[in-house]
Amino acid sequence: MKDIQMEPMGDQALIIRFGTVIDRTTHEKVRQFAAWLDQHPVPGMVEYIPAFTTVTIFYDPVSLYEQRKTDFSANEPIISPYEKLRLFLEAALKQLSDQPPAAGNTVEIPVLYGGEMGPDLSEVAAYHQMSEEEVIRIHSEGDYHVFMIGFAPGFPYIGGLSEKIATPRKTSPRLKIPKGSVGIAGEQTGVYSLETPGGWQIIGRTPISLFRPEHNPPSYLKAGDRVRFVPITAEEYEAYKEGEA
Amino acid sequence: MSLRVIRPGLLTTVQDGGRVGFQKHGVIVGGVMDTFAHRMANLLVGNEGSEATLEMTMKGDTWEVTEDTLLAICGADMKAIADGQPLPRWKPVWVKAGTVIQFGVSQHGARTYVAIAGGFQIPLVMNSRSTYVRAGIGGYEGRALQKGDELKADKPGPQAKKLYDFLRKQARVASFYAPDWGIASELMPRYHEQPIVRVVKGNQFDWFTRESREAFFQQAYRVSPQSDRMGYRLDGPLLERIDKSRELVSEAVTFGTVQVPAEGNPIVLLADRQTTGGYPKIAQIISVDLPLIVQTKPGDAIRFREIGHQEAERLLIEREQLIRQARLGMQLKYE
Repeated sequence: MKDIQMEPMGDQALIIRFGTVIDRTTHEKVRQFAAWLDQHPVPGMVEYIPAFTTVTIFYDPVSLYEQRKTDFSANEPIISPYEKLRLFLEAALKQLSDQPPAAGNTVEIPVLYGGEMGPDLSEVAAYHQMSEEEVIRIHSEGDYHVFMIGFAPGFPYIGGLSEKIATPRKTSPRLKIPKGSVGIAGEQTGVYSLETPGGWQIIGRTPISLFRPEHNPPSYLKAGDRVRFVPITAEEYEAYKEGEA
Repeated sequence: MSLRVIRPGLLTTVQDGGRVGFQKHGVIVGGVMDTFAHRMANLLVGNEGSEATLEMTMKGDTWEVTEDTLLAICGADMKAIADGQPLPRWKPVWVKAGTVIQFGVSQHGARTYVAIAGGFQIPLVMNSRSTYVRAGIGGYEGRALQKGDELKADKPGPQAKKLYDFLRKQARVASFYAPDWGIASELMPRYHEQPIVRVVKGNQFDWFTRESREAFFQQAYRVSPQSDRMGYRLDGPLLERIDKSRELVSEAVTFGTVQVPAEGNPIVLLADRQTTGGYPKIAQIISVDLPLIVQTKPGDAIRFREIGHQEAERLLIEREQLIRQARLGMQLKYE
């Protein structure tokens, strides 16, 4: 892999940059390296966060420092824990092939669009001068890609929203957006995994919990998954809810 | 060893080292704000690791100790009183069943930590006992402590047991007993209302104008009332970006990240921070100085000072060595 940059983030984290703009090619590199991290031990690593264009590694500098004392001969020049990790990762990245990572799962997310569950559906329709049914059709026909999980537990950053229904955020954010709300913000679409404040245009709600603390992994989606939104009726919504409870 | 809440404080939660390992699923780390005070409290009662402690915020609770208990109080001074007598901080304290402990309003800091021998018996959620109030998980039923809550200790390890027996014998008939040794004052952080907090450059330091970068280090920032376990908002000189239209692609953030939204007031991210963020980062507080910032209160003034990355690493390793020496030194007191 070429054009990869590394820099420290404070004294216990290191950020690896695979690119600077959001695109599928850069994201494949992020996913490929994340898959490598899942398979290989990295000295001192505590955990990592993959994002759109970066992977950040959190590490324990003290354990790296102590490994240095045992692994290296006495006349080795002093190197910092960060430097030791950087050298290790540089070597690892050189060996990484350019083969794309395995495809993610395709996950269906049932959505009850409009009404009380999607209070902004009419606003989105009006903004684009189309009917609510058209917005639902375009949103549910899309082929979506999960770039990363972040912001809140299980919250997916999903790319692939049709430009035809891309809508700016609300001018004033709501104080409470219920868990499961499906929204649009600019060219992104997503699902609120917890009740939080937020400024997205809410067009529907899913009965599925995206954050499931009792499961491992606790996130319903993961980076690299393909997502399809499937319209459901109020009766189906209730049936899903009962199934989850 | 156990206690019951007679009157809850402002915000008392069960916390440990945090929910480590799940950030890639968007799960916040959480855990204690003042990792130093938490670790020292555990060390003082003979606990081996990062057992769950109670984190009290600004104003503490009143408890009845319902079984003989070995505990330690570290962090801010909440003027703890038992039987009309002040309870010492930064020391192990053996407390007899039936004793009422009353904590007041915090002075010299904002958060006080109480560890008990064995750690608090709380179910693990994703490998941690930390309370994550927003998701309602972890800790004591996923929430802050309330009146009537009962907390028990897990079985203490061999060191904690030894210390417990040692202090109980000294206590005789008194309602509590503390030895004349504890954490050495040179090891303690200097909690201050106007701390100088050391930082390394943030990942987007160069995005800010020269005037803003200078102001950030030369002037004081006040902790705003909109500050909590997730982050502190700071008021002071506004920080401007050179290119206002440039947007950061969301990437990881961490404990002590100083990020700057478009309006220009910096936010310091703390224990309950989100995993990723899209605001440029002007600075990163070094690990050893995090206790200083989490112990400030709204209205306190912070000054930032830049140091090199390798110096930050050296300070962290040195402090770790001091903590290990303290642990060994303390064990000699009762072995």
